[in-house]
Amino acid sequence: MASLWRYLLAGLGLAALLVGILAVVYLTAPRSSQPAVPDVSRTKNTDNGLFVASFSPERGVVRQGELESWLLTLKTKAGAPVEGAAIAISGGMPQHNHGLPTSPQATDYLGDGRYRIEGVKFTMSGWWQLHFAISATAGSDTVLFNVVL
Amino acid sequence: MRHFPRVLTLMVAVILAGCGEPDFSDTEKKTIASLALSALPSLKPDTTNRFADVPAAAALGSTLFFDQGMSRDGTVSCSTCHKIDRQFQDDLPQAVGVGHTNRRTMPLAGVARDPWFFWDGRRDSLWAQALTPLENPLEQAGNRAAYAHYIKARFGERYERIFGPLPDFAGMPLNASPLGNDAEKAAWNAMSGAQRDAINGVYANIGKAIAAFERSIEPAPTRFDRFALDLVTGAEPKGDAAFSKEEILGLKLFIGKANCVTCHDGPRFTDNSFHNTGVPPVADLPPDRGRIDAVAQVEADPFNCLGAFRDGDASACGELRFMVKDAPQLIRAYKTPSLRGAATRPPYMHAGQFSSLDEVVAHYAKAAPSVEGTSEIHPLELSDRERAALVAFLKTLAE
Repeated sequence: MASLWRYLLAGLGLAALLVGILAVVYLTAPRSSQPAVPDVSRTKNTDNGLFVASFSPERGVVRQGELESWLLTLKTKAGAPVEGAAIAISGGMPQHNHGLPTSPQATDYLGDGRYRIEGVKFTMSGWWQLHFAISATAGSDTVLFNVVL
Repeated sequence: MRHFPRVLTLMVAVILAGCGEPDFSDTEKKTIASLALSALPSLKPDTTNRFADVPAAAALGSTLFFDQGMSRDGTVSCSTCHKIDRQFQDDLPQAVGVGHTNRRTMPLAGVARDPWFFWDGRRDSLWAQALTPLENPLEQAGNRAAYAHYIKARFGERYERIFGPLPDFAGMPLNASPLGNDAEKAAWNAMSGAQRDAINGVYANIGKAIAAFERSIEPAPTRFDRFALDLVTGAEPKGDAAFSKEEILGLKLFIGKANCVTCHDGPRFTDNSFHNTGVPPVADLPPDRGRIDAVAQVEADPFNCLGAFRDGDASACGELRFMVKDAPQLIRAYKTPSLRGAATRPPYMHAGQFSSLDEVVAHYAKAAPSVEGTSEIHPLELSDRERAALVAFLKTLAE
C-alpha cells in the first residue's frame, strides 16, 4: 500500500511540475507586438476638421492582391460636396517598414464629392494605412484611413 | 502494484501525444486554407496577348522554347536555363547562357500569374519577358532582326497560320537591334520606321507564342495541399497527407511567430511584390540594386503594356500605370519567390546566395541589415528545433 501512495504522490508531483512548466512557458511567451486595434472607420473628419471624408472600395469588397478602385467622398461639415479637389495619396504598412506596393491616384471625379482612387492594391494581410492630402478651395487638410486585412 | 510505473508512463505518453495533435485555431485553419492549391483561381485571360490561349501559338511557343536555334551561336534556348525536368530552373547560383549572368534562374510554375517578371520586375508581361533573354548578350545573345529572319526561314508557315502574313524582309539587314552591338545598332538606326515596326511586330509575336506555351506550366498539388484539404474538410489525414509533429510545428511557425506568411501568402506563397530582406550581395558580381533600377527599364521597354505591341485596351495596364517609381523601399528589393517546390531547388535568393534552406531560415532569423536601403525583416528568436521544423514544413511543399 505504501508503494501505491508513493506512485500516486510521484504522479501528482509530475502533474504539478507539468502545470508549472506550462505556466512558465505561457507567461513568458513573447507578447504580440500588435498595438491596440487601429480605428478602421470608413468615414472620418479630416485632421483639421475641414472636410468629412469617406473611403470605401468601389465594388464593395476588398480583395487581397488585386488592383482595385476605391472611392474617396469629400463633403463639407455642412454636407455639401467638395468639388475640384487635388488629392495626393501615400501610405504603407507601419509594422513592416514599407510603403504602398502601388501608387494609387485620383483618376476621376464622379460628382457629388466622389473621387475615384485607382491602383489600390493590398499585397499582404495586416494593417495598412492610406494617407490623403486634400487641397480644395475651402483649404488643405489631411486624413488617414486604416485598412486591416 | 507492479503495473503502476507502466500506467504512469502511459499516462504521460498520452498527455504528450495530445500536445502534438494537429490542433489549429479557426484563424490558423483559414490561413492554411488560403495557402492550399485548391484556393488558386483559374488562370485569367491575358488581354494584352490575343494569342495567349490559342493552341497553335502555344505549340509554336513550345518549339521555340526548346530550340537552340533561338540564340546567337545556336547553343542556347530558353530550356537551357529553364530545364523541363528541374522545375524549369537550372540549380545554379547564377544562370549561364552564352555568358555568365548575375541572377538565379527562376522556376516557371504558375509564372503566367505574375504581374511582374524577373527578380526585379523589369518586364510587365510574360510575352515581354520572353523577349528579353533573347537579346541579352549573356543569355541567348541574338538580335531581333536575326530572329525575324530565322522565324521566316524555319517556321514561316506555322507563324503565318497563327499571326498572319510575315512582312517583306527585302532590303532589311540580317542583324539589327536597338540593343545589339555597335554594328547591329547602326543597322537598326539605318532602317525606316516601317521596317523597324515590322521586325518588332514579328519579335513581339515570338514572345506571345512563348508566353502562350508558358501559361500551361502550373504548380502541382503537394503533400501540404493534401494535408490542408483534409484539415479544412475535417477528414482524417491519411497516408502522406498526415503531417509529423515537426511539420505541424513548422506550419504553425510559418503562419505564426516566424511571420513567413506575411509575404509568402496565397496558394503560390508569394505576394507578387518586392522587398528588401537584407540578402547580401555576391562579391564578384556587378552592383545590383534590385527593383529601384528596374523601374526605368520597364518604363522604357517598347514591348511594355502601354506600348504599341499590346493587344486589347489599356485597362490591362494598371500595374504599370500605378507602379511605385521612386521610393527608398525599392532599393535592393527583389520579388518574393513562390515557395512551392523550393526545397528541391537550391541554391536560394536572387543570386543563389544561400545553398540550403537552413541558411535561408538562419538569414531570416538573424535579419542582418541590408548593405543598402532598409531591410523590412526583424530579428526572430527561433530555437534549433523551430528552425528544423520550418525546413521540414517547407519540404512538404515539394513532395
